[in-house]
Amino acid sequence: MALLRWSDQADLFRPFEEMEREMDRLRREMDRLFAGFRGIRPLRMGVFPLLNVSEDKDNLYVRAELPGIQASDLDISVEGDTLTLRGERKSHEAEENVSYHRREREFGRFRRSLTLPTRIDVDKVEAVFQNGILKITLPKAEEVRPKQIAVKTV
Amino acid sequence: MADKDLQVREKQEVQTQAETTRNIPVYIPAVDIYETQDALKLVADMPGVSPENVDIDLRDDQLTIRGTVTLEGEGETMLLREYGVGDYFRQFTLGRVIDQSKIEAAMKNGVLTLTLPKVDKAKPRKVEVKIA
Repeated sequence: MALLRWSDQADLFRPFEEMEREMDRLRREMDRLFAGFRGIRPLRMGVFPLLNVSEDKDNLYVRAELPGIQASDLDISVEGDTLTLRGERKSHEAEENVSYHRREREFGRFRRSLTLPTRIDVDKVEAVFQNGILKITLPKAEEVRPKQIAVKTV
Repeated sequence: MADKDLQVREKQEVQTQAETTRNIPVYIPAVDIYETQDALKLVADMPGVSPENVDIDLRDDQLTIRGTVTLEGEGETMLLREYGVGDYFRQFTLGRVIDQSKIEAAMKNGVLTLTLPKVDKAKPRKVEVKIA
């Protein structure tokens, strides 16, 4: 075996170091991706409807697009930290003797659950259905709301 | 149909020729079109659009539907975004001759229903066959 100087040996390992750096970067990217939404993980049963979740100081807001659904065909429940949406979009009763040119709109039942990221006050949950958008307002539980602490001057 | 589970349809963005003035995405609404004896009916899903924000335009045989959403939730922090919020735009070329003065539009629960009555000459006429 030929003798190698120490400096040459370092060169030999360089590709591996580069690979390791790449792996590190990848791992960080993945962590960032999964940590992005502060632990909100939807429990996907059927995927409909798609949800947008947001928050402010006092409330969590869950919105869903549900065009053409009657409020009476919606069933919303909160149990512990799980919000469940159930409902049905009924097919529109078209008149007799019609011929379809296009059918893109879907009908059927749906059910979706979502794990909420913070504790909420279950008794004060409100839902409003307007222009085909369901908005659920979930007040945060008292203990998780940010509190203002006044600093006294002595 | 009733026992079927609803499938999710990802909203498709419009690749418009003309740019809009609002800096929000524009989507293609899902549409059903059917024909009855007297009219063409068009049903479009436009969640988030209030009745006064629908704009329907029929020029020659080109039907244009536009819906402007009311944006809300300012000051909130997004935690999970599964659908995009934006306006709606779609154009159709109608093969039938429509009586423009009698077009009716109704908007309910984010669904636009357009009734486009056919002009008389486009309606099917019953032709009696005489027996010689």
